[in-house]
Order: sequence, then structure tokens, then C-alpha cells
Amino acid sequence: MLNRLRRAQLLPHIVLGIGVLVSIFPFYWSIVLATNTSRDVFRYPPRLVPGTHLAENVRHVLDSIDFFGSMLNTLIVAICTTTLVLFFDSLAAFTFAKYRFPGRSFLFGLLLVIFMLPAQLSIIPQYLIMVKIGWVGTLQALVVPAAVNAFGIFWMRQYITRAFPDELLDAARMDGAGFLRTYASVCLPMIRPGLAFLGIYTFINAWNDYIWPLVVLTNPDKITLQVALAQLNLGHGAAQTDYAMLMAGTLMAVTPLLIVFVLFARNFVADLAKGAVQG
Amino acid sequence: MTQPNVAIAVQEPAEHPLPRSGRRRRLRSVSGRRRPAFLRYWPQYLAISPFYILFAVFGLFPVLFSLYLSFHRWSGVGERKFVGLQQYKFLFKDHTFYLSLWNTVLIWAMSTVPMLFASLVLAALLHSVARAKGFYRMAFFIPNVTSVVAMAILFTMLFSSNFGLINVVLHWIHLPTYPWTNRPWGIRISIVALMTWQWVGYNAIIYLAGLQTIPQHLYEAAHLDGAGPIRTFFSITVPLLRPVILFTVVISTITGLQSFTEAQVMTGSNAAVNPNSGGPGQAGLTMVLYFYQQAFSYNDFGYGAAIAWGIFLIVSVFTLINWRLVARKED
Repeated sequence: MLNRLRRAQLLPHIVLGIGVLVSIFPFYWSIVLATNTSRDVFRYPPRLVPGTHLAENVRHVLDSIDFFGSMLNTLIVAICTTTLVLFFDSLAAFTFAKYRFPGRSFLFGLLLVIFMLPAQLSIIPQYLIMVKIGWVGTLQALVVPAAVNAFGIFWMRQYITRAFPDELLDAARMDGAGFLRTYASVCLPMIRPGLAFLGIYTFINAWNDYIWPLVVLTNPDKITLQVALAQLNLGHGAAQTDYAMLMAGTLMAVTPLLIVFVLFARNFVADLAKGAVQG
Repeated sequence: MTQPNVAIAVQEPAEHPLPRSGRRRRLRSVSGRRRPAFLRYWPQYLAISPFYILFAVFGLFPVLFSLYLSFHRWSGVGERKFVGLQQYKFLFKDHTFYLSLWNTVLIWAMSTVPMLFASLVLAALLHSVARAKGFYRMAFFIPNVTSVVAMAILFTMLFSSNFGLINVVLHWIHLPTYPWTNRPWGIRISIVALMTWQWVGYNAIIYLAGLQTIPQHLYEAAHLDGAGPIRTFFSITVPLLRPVILFTVVISTITGLQSFTEAQVMTGSNAAVNPNSGGPGQAGLTMVLYFYQQAFSYNDFGYGAAIAWGIFLIVSVFTLINWRLVARKED
């Protein structure tokens, strides 16, 4: 019986294992390229194992772009955006989930319509606004428009409706807690897992955002990691691209986020899928 | 969800509808003056206001202004010149826009159709195994977490004509090599490979969550009726998963038809003149890349706005068609 069960499971595990290899292999390959010399990249047959030239390639990256400066910019943007989104989205979601007020369903419906609007419709005017208020080339041009979003409010409202029983709201009211007090000391502690999900989701998106930073960060000294990486790829018009250096830069840009994901995202993937199925 | 609806309708007896309104009237008379309802709820309105304020400034106004811009000729400096429908007339005859539409639809179809099928198979396998589910889920999701820019650079190198691993492997197994990044079809296939690789696991995980909501006894019943695994898959799994499939199709349509970063980074490195022109034969010029090129390489804000509205209409039509195609079979 046990043997038969094992045999029946073998084939799925083989196919899934191949899937995992395909998912992971590009990362392995970027490690191989980033740790060998630029000349090794062109060698035939190619080297299939990591080499010893990582430090040298990393140094070339640091010579070509302000890597740590752009990483710091990205960190600032991602942390500020995530903090603001968590506060504004959860506050609005709590209100929509637990209070009835005139215009509530209209306003929530409006939010869903807004959710559907594609980004490129507003990019040009957004850029013009940033020009007008002098925010072109600054980091607040990335943070402020992203400080609250429809997806987060929608997702959080679903979450709070499920996780936060109405009796608690009544109990808080009985104790004389006002609206803000109820949000801060009753709602927030209860929805911590939901906040963790939304936080990771927002952080990853802010970290990886590309088209808007590309448009608005016109000052080459103040760019985010993704824009810096794309610049590295263009090679500043250099005759010969240093591919090992380029891969080292790519690897350096990807690794921190991967570590964050693997460490903190225990339930993240399942939560994301659940939201999609129930939403 | 089209799950069998087992919820028992709990009907509250409609007794005494009057006292509530009576009490409210009394309350009002106590407060002396009639207070408009929305004033009583000011903390709630304040709590949801950040979204609507930011949306008004960075969403609603820009959308309306881009409509206004699309009837003008403007390079960002100097006078705006009203040109009526001229930008749209030009868009209608613009061969490059049609090329970008063709590229986008090709890339989207070549990546989405095989990808969603592969995701479904992966999800079914994932559902069937007892061990290591969490590990698989994490591993399949990792491509989706990493930045598109970084992975686009990596895939450009994998497909590179003179040292890419793909060609090396082709050479090893005695197949002809192909200059992927220098040919129109090659560049499209490279972009398709990247998009498929980044999204196949994501969709598989969404499908898995859907599969987990299908009650096990249905499978047992099918097994008792003598249905094989293939028959069960098409008669039980696919129909019950339809809402989830609908979700993935809609999301893939909306994101796939607005792809930008993949094409911009993968074609940007080997175009000598303008890095936003879409690579060899402009085969990697997607609609949003064309929009970006016109608006921000050439500062043609009026035409850029017209392209943006064109894209919006096309994506809406495609989404509606796909919605109909998938949802129709529901009844």
C-alpha cells in the first residue's frame, strides 16, 4: 500500500521538480556569469560553475553606477510608500467594512471603477503636474501618488470583514472608544497578518516599479535601482559591454528582495492566491 | 464562485418596522436643529478621504487632462494648439501603431495561451501531491517577485546570439543556432519566454487555491462512476474552476496587452539610434512602448495621449471579448 502510494506520487514530483529547476535556473545562471570574468562569458564551451571573480565584477559595478545611492533611494521610496499605504488603506478599509454612512456604496463602487483605469492614461498629465510643482527628479514624486491605492483598500476591506467581528466594535463603543481609538487599539492589533501581506505586496511593487521612475526621475544622480540597472544595460554608449559586470549588478539588485521574500513570505503566496479566488 | 450554494436563507421576520424611524425622529427633535447626515459621519469621511483626494489629483484630473491633450498638438513647452480629431485620424492611419498592436497581440497570445494551460497542469499536479506543497509554491512564485528589469537583462543574455546559453545548448544537441536577439521573431520569442517564465507559477498558485475549494466528494463520486483522470479533469475540475480561470484570463489580458518593461529593456540594448524603437524590425515595439517613445522620447504629448486612449479602448474590447468567451459557457 505504502509502496503503491509512493509510486503514484513519483511522476507528479518529477514534473514539479523540473518546474522548480526551470524557475530557479536563471538565478543560478546569473550567479555563474557574475562570478566569472567577462572573457569567460564568451568562451566555448561555457563555464557552468561559479568562478572566483565576483569581487572584481562588483567593483566594476560600483565604478559604473552609484549602486548604493540608488539602492538607498529605492529603500526610502519603498519604505515610505509601504508605511503610508498600510496606514491609509487599512483606515479606509476599516471604515468601509464596519461603518454605514450615506454614500458608502457609491464611494466604494467608485473605488472599484478607479481600480480598472490603466496607468498610462494618466502618466503624461502626472508628469506635467510634477513639472509644475517642481517634483521632477525627486523621490516624493514616486511616494505621494502611490501613498494610497484601490487594490489595498479593496483587499483589506475583505480581510477586515472576515477577521473583525461586529461584537468587538460594539464592545469598544460601550467602553466609550471613539472612531480613531477603535481603529488604533482594537482594529490594528487584530489585522496584523493582513497588514503583513499588504506590506510585502506593496514593498515588492515599489521596489520593482520601472516606468514611472523612468519618466519622472530625470536627474541621473537620483534614480532608483531599476532605472540604474537599465542604464547599466545601455552601457552609457560604451563600445563593449562588460557582461560579467552587468550580471553582477543584476544579481546585487535582485538578492536583497529575494532574501526578504524567502524570510518573511511564509504565508504571503497562499494569501495572495486566496484573495484572488475569493475576490 | 459557482460553488453549489448551500447557504440556508435566514429570513428575519419583518416585525415592527416603525419604532426605528420613530426613534430617529425623536432623536432629531432632541438635538434641536436638524444636522445633515454627512456631518455626523465626519470621522468616517475623513478616514476615506486620502484615497479620493489623491485620486482626484493624480488620477481623475490626469485622465481628463489626457483626453483634453489628445485633441491638441503640444511638446510640453510653448502654446497648445487645438487640432480637433487630427491625432486620432493620424493614429487610425499610423502603420507603426498597427505594427505595435500586432506585436503586442502576438506576444500576448504566444505567452498567455500555453502559459495558462501549463499553469493548470502544474496546479493539478501540485494539488495531487501530499508533501512539499509549501516549498513548491514558494519556488514557483520566486520568478514573479524578482524585478522585470533584472530578469529582462538576464534573458537577453540567455538568448544572446554569440554567447547565449540557449544557442550553446542548441549547438550541443546538433540543432541549428538562431540569432535570437537580432531577428524580429527571435526577439518576440525571447520576450514571450520571459513573460511565460515570470507568470506561469503565479497563475499555477492561483489555480491551486481554486482547486482547494472544490469539494473532495465530487471526485469520489466521479471515481465511483468510473471516470478516468482525464475525464474527471475536463468534467469536474475545469467547469468548477471556471471563475478562477476567468480571473486569470482577465488579469493576463490586462497586463499582457500593456507589457512595456520586458520589451523596453530587451530591445533597448542593441538599438543604436533610439533605445525605445523596439529592436530588429521593430518587432519588440509593444503598444505601451510606442506610447512611451512618442510621449517621452519625442515629447509629442498630444499624440502620446491619443495613443494611450487607443490602448485603453483596445484593452477594454479584448478584456470584454475574453470575459464573454470564458464566462459564456457558465450557463
